[in-house]
Amino acid sequence: MSTNVREIQPGQVPPFPENWHRRHLLDLESLTADELRTVFDTALAFKQATDGFRVKLPVLQGRTCANLFFEDSTRTRNSFSLAARRLGADTVEFTASGSSVKKGETVIDTARNIEAMNVHVMVVRHSTPGTPHLLAQNVGCGVINAGDGPHEHPTQGLLDILTIVEHRGSCEGLTVALVGDIAYSRTARSNIWGLKKLGAHVIVCGPSTLVSRHWRDYGVEVAYSLDQVLPRCDVLNLLRIQFERQRTRPFPSVREYALLFAMNRERMARAKPSILILAPGPINRGVEVTPDVADGPHSVILDQVTNGVAVRMAVLWLVAGACERAA
Amino acid sequence: MSRILLTNGRVIDPSQPLDRITNLLIEDGHISGYDVSPHEDFQVIDASGHIVAPGLVDLSCQLREPGCEEDETIETGTAAAVAGGFTSIVCLPNTEPPIDSQASVEFIRQKVARAGNCHVFVAACVSKDRAGKELAEIGALVEAGAVAFTDAPQPIQNSELLRRAFEYCLMFDKPIFSHPEELSLSHNGIMHEGRISVVLALAALPAEAEDVMASRDLRLAEATGGRLHLLNVSSAGSVEQIRRVKARGGQVTAGVVPPNLFLTEDCLRSFDANCKVNPPLRSQDHVDACIAGLVDGTLDVISSGHTPRALEKKMRELDRAPFGMVALETTLSLINTRLIQPGHLDWLSALAKLSTNPARVLGINKGTLRIGADADIVIIDPRARWTVDPSRFRSKSVNTPLAGWELQGRVVQVLVAGQCKLPIATDFPKNQAACAE
Repeated sequence: MSTNVREIQPGQVPPFPENWHRRHLLDLESLTADELRTVFDTALAFKQATDGFRVKLPVLQGRTCANLFFEDSTRTRNSFSLAARRLGADTVEFTASGSSVKKGETVIDTARNIEAMNVHVMVVRHSTPGTPHLLAQNVGCGVINAGDGPHEHPTQGLLDILTIVEHRGSCEGLTVALVGDIAYSRTARSNIWGLKKLGAHVIVCGPSTLVSRHWRDYGVEVAYSLDQVLPRCDVLNLLRIQFERQRTRPFPSVREYALLFAMNRERMARAKPSILILAPGPINRGVEVTPDVADGPHSVILDQVTNGVAVRMAVLWLVAGACERAA
Repeated sequence: MSRILLTNGRVIDPSQPLDRITNLLIEDGHISGYDVSPHEDFQVIDASGHIVAPGLVDLSCQLREPGCEEDETIETGTAAAVAGGFTSIVCLPNTEPPIDSQASVEFIRQKVARAGNCHVFVAACVSKDRAGKELAEIGALVEAGAVAFTDAPQPIQNSELLRRAFEYCLMFDKPIFSHPEELSLSHNGIMHEGRISVVLALAALPAEAEDVMASRDLRLAEATGGRLHLLNVSSAGSVEQIRRVKARGGQVTAGVVPPNLFLTEDCLRSFDANCKVNPPLRSQDHVDACIAGLVDGTLDVISSGHTPRALEKKMRELDRAPFGMVALETTLSLINTRLIQPGHLDWLSALAKLSTNPARVLGINKGTLRIGADADIVIIDPRARWTVDPSRFRSKSVNTPLAGWELQGRVVQVLVAGQCKLPIATDFPKNQAACAE
């Protein structure tokens, strides 16, 4: 963390970072470690400047942020809306149901129509990987990927990593296991790239049908037994099983999954005493994590949600600022 | 009597085989003599420095008419074929309605005649309505002029139906063109399964989906004695299986299309729907296996795999965008630039795969410059360099990721039955050798 973050007073606008030029945030794979740190510094500065979100910081007054959610979401959509409003921006909500998508309009036409309402930043969620990238090439405003199918969910990755950084000071040298449905998890992919760039050792752990051996090509450890890797882990990120994306069920039963991979009291007893438990939510209680662990002292699940707003404020401001500087 | 003399060209004809500089005389649409001296009665085309070869023959091309004219019409598709050096093309039956009746074959023949660009041979449906349930009227379709049977680009999932089709086609000595893909393994797939699909999280078409079906197709063809041509092979596994079947004397033939020879899965990193093709762009080891298969003769045929799709269909989310790439106008130059110039193939063997061999698969008297053969000829400038600009394609569609590629070698003239076909239209911007008066 740069020291000046702590010196930010409530109501004070941090200086726009020199090294940020991205008009879109589409994935974490293409971000540099410096850019990641810039987002974290900005998020922490906004936390300070809003006095823990108690006051608004109207740096985006007069700008409009549109939420284009072609796939259902409650948490992420509200988190982005709240972030935009805390920065003084107006928000437009667009959801696939009850919209022209149902009348056969293409996704590019929908986005161009929303943009024509004088939108400055577009937050896009879609079930197909690459759709935010497609829109970024076809609209003039900034585009933020809020989840493109199982591909990436950059702000989720950022808020997960920011939470780890807040609790541990840095990611450097930490062993972080992403547990569960790696194949269909956009959170997993964003975490992998972000964590690796910041010097963490990343393990992907889950049923062999959901963890590709190809991850080894990218310097990621592949494990099929949580019990084997658990004693080495500093952080666990427990990913939700994406039942809705799976064509054939990749394991025989939820019971069997929980037996092998659920984080429960017995497993906690074998973990490092300092272990952090993250879960991107919504969690299936009893499947990925038992309630006593989710609500226990090692869990930082609610910190993640709070940091989500801070990270999204930072990203909205950075992307909108880059667009205005490019114009 | 019309007489055309092509002078001083490097005549390459894999069917004889022949590769030497000579004059070639065409009389009334047929090849009539070699080493003929110019005469005042002859129309002379100077082919110095150029290659004179049998017109290219494409076994895998979609013309989309009737029903999908937003992608391509018979007129634009055959114009694109001629621009790319093809004088005979086989159109696949994925039209609307599919080509599964005598009437639809007749429709195509009439449209082809009206366009007057190149020869078109019809690959008709194996199954009624391409539904994969019961055999189409294969005998009647043969009578109407169909030269091959296929449900491509749809694979035939029902093994019993395919076995029957092989047996039934024995009566007519017609090949079955198979697109090997086991749909339960490739369902909704968008790209090759491997190290890139894992990162992009795009639904995958694993190589095994092709291997498994190629294995079944090969086994059923051998067992029935049926004629199998595997269209568009793309996996190392299927190349190896074809090699083994051929080594024990099996009669199979197989083809490959340019995307699987020159592009890899990495192209999908751009999320460009023009890179969504089936078979998918695979990893470098599969590409290398396909090139090795071409070099050692395991793969007999290079097809264009021309799959035109309208811009509005490709400007969609990747799962909604259709498969395919236009190819007729880039295939020959790609083969020259990426296979002949680096020394993988020489002109004689490349032209065998682009012309003589596909004609043999169909059993048609094309792909040859023997005396008496139809004067279907392509004249190629092997050194000319040009940059791919889809806006100048004759095809109605522009779906290719090759825009901006610099290629070497281009078609300067095409003769179909002795008639010069280039330039196709007065506004044709490309640099062609004009027919002399």
